[in-house]
Amino acid sequence: MSITVLLLITGLGLGALYFLVASGLSLIYGLMGVLNFAHGAFLTLGAFIGFEVSRAVGATTWPGFAVAVVLGALAGAAIAALSELLLIRPLYQRHIEQVLVTVGLGLVTVALYEGIWGTDPIFISGPAWLDRTTSVLGANVPNDRFLAIGAAVAVLVGLVLFLKHTRYGLVIRAGVENRAMVTALGIDVRRSFTLVFTIGGAAAGLGGVLASQYFGYVSAHLGGTLLIFAFIVTVIGGLGSLTGAALAAVLVAVPQQFANYYLGIGDLIAVLALALVLLVRPSGLMGAKAA
Amino acid sequence: MSAVLQVEHLSASIGGQQVVEDVSFSVPATGVTAVLGRNGVGKTSTIKAILGLVERSGTVLLDGEPIDREPTHRIVQRGVGYVPEDREVFTALTVEENLRLAVRDREPRRELVEALFPDLVRRSAQRAGTLSGGQQQMLSMARALLNRNRLLLVDEPTKGLAPKIVTELATALQEAARTVPVLLVEQNLQVIEQLAQDVVVIDGGRVVHTGPAAELLGDEAAVRRYLGVHAEQPPTARRSDDDAPGAQPPTARAAEEARP
Repeated sequence: MSITVLLLITGLGLGALYFLVASGLSLIYGLMGVLNFAHGAFLTLGAFIGFEVSRAVGATTWPGFAVAVVLGALAGAAIAALSELLLIRPLYQRHIEQVLVTVGLGLVTVALYEGIWGTDPIFISGPAWLDRTTSVLGANVPNDRFLAIGAAVAVLVGLVLFLKHTRYGLVIRAGVENRAMVTALGIDVRRSFTLVFTIGGAAAGLGGVLASQYFGYVSAHLGGTLLIFAFIVTVIGGLGSLTGAALAAVLVAVPQQFANYYLGIGDLIAVLALALVLLVRPSGLMGAKAA
Repeated sequence: MSAVLQVEHLSASIGGQQVVEDVSFSVPATGVTAVLGRNGVGKTSTIKAILGLVERSGTVLLDGEPIDREPTHRIVQRGVGYVPEDREVFTALTVEENLRLAVRDREPRRELVEALFPDLVRRSAQRAGTLSGGQQQMLSMARALLNRNRLLLVDEPTKGLAPKIVTELATALQEAARTVPVLLVEQNLQVIEQLAQDVVVIDGGRVVHTGPAAELLGDEAAVRRYLGVHAEQPPTARRSDDDAPGAQPPTARAAEEARP
């Protein structure tokens, strides 16, 4: 029983990290049609900035950790906004080139991060509470899992409220469905592109700080590792669907944890889930129906 | 009479294929100007080219000012309302959200829209994707009428709709045309007869005739030649995508479909 609870909550924690990356990927693809292979770079920068802040102000205290979280998210948002403005926007409506640019950016940033922070993983620590465990139905669950789950739920609720109750949210929801018609209503949809990239980058940056706590280290490849599963989650959830991404994150991460523990084939389970969804429902669980 | 829109040597292409070729015409500052022609001759592409929704070359002047190099959203912001073919409402948004998204003016004409389409008021919380074809068309038109435009581009508003809805939409367009000039793509000759003062006939991507609507519709030979249909042709029963079944008035499309 305790193992089941532990695997379940740990899986939810991993799913939370997947969601923080996948939410941005999904919104960006839904609105702009861009598969952003550089999204992992936003997460990694957030993680490294969080690490630097923790070194500077001491992230073993809650205020220091909070500053690391905020600055990590801001770093992700900043690099995402710059990427959209400088690299993606000039290639508007040239999707192949946009994808190639994001692939290139993803590779270049890994090399850049290795140049700055080295090739070895850097082990980190946060507030003491995060290193401890909490007993849930007999299972000693690491506290950082709860933090990741709480952050992902907060991001999901925040994004849903933003999309539902703001003018920009309305534009993004409409743009995901029919970008050309949004433009034909007199709305400069390109502003929403930058905004969506920025929001996605912030979520990824936040995910970076939390992922470094979850795994206990930060490295130049942290984003790339999570990006693969985030893409799987994005496709399973349905491109452009935020709630689909949240649902898929749980449906991928929890079985992945169980399969890893009992069979050692967690990654294979994620890929098989992707294959199954592509065969049965190619548009994803909550995506628009495929043509 | 002064022209609100002048189109000079407009050409357009989609995916590298030319769909509009050297089209020139003007739209008077009042009334309805209809763009006619058989299926696939470039009517919708002409409207899209004016709006910058497809690749285009040539000159387009709105009240004498060039708009042919501006992006679509700026053209619309200058006061060009657009009712697209196939409605293109945002199906995942509610009726109210669709309307809210379309508002550009500080004081949108909510009262006008509510008076013309009271059904939309009752359905404001309903998802647009669950509306019937006729209701979606009303919503699409309402989006354009919310703002005080200098010109309205309306593309096949009665396509595939039941006669009752066609009548309602034609009345709404007639009402709208009192305050804004309309460039209307339409295949339903009864609607043309009811609304249009002038016509522009397009064939093979080129303008082949311009002049008063009454003059064209009164010339049966010209109607048959340009549109492939008799102006007095009895109604053709066609299946509409609206709930109410019924017969359709004569359309150039019906004549096209009836051809061997």
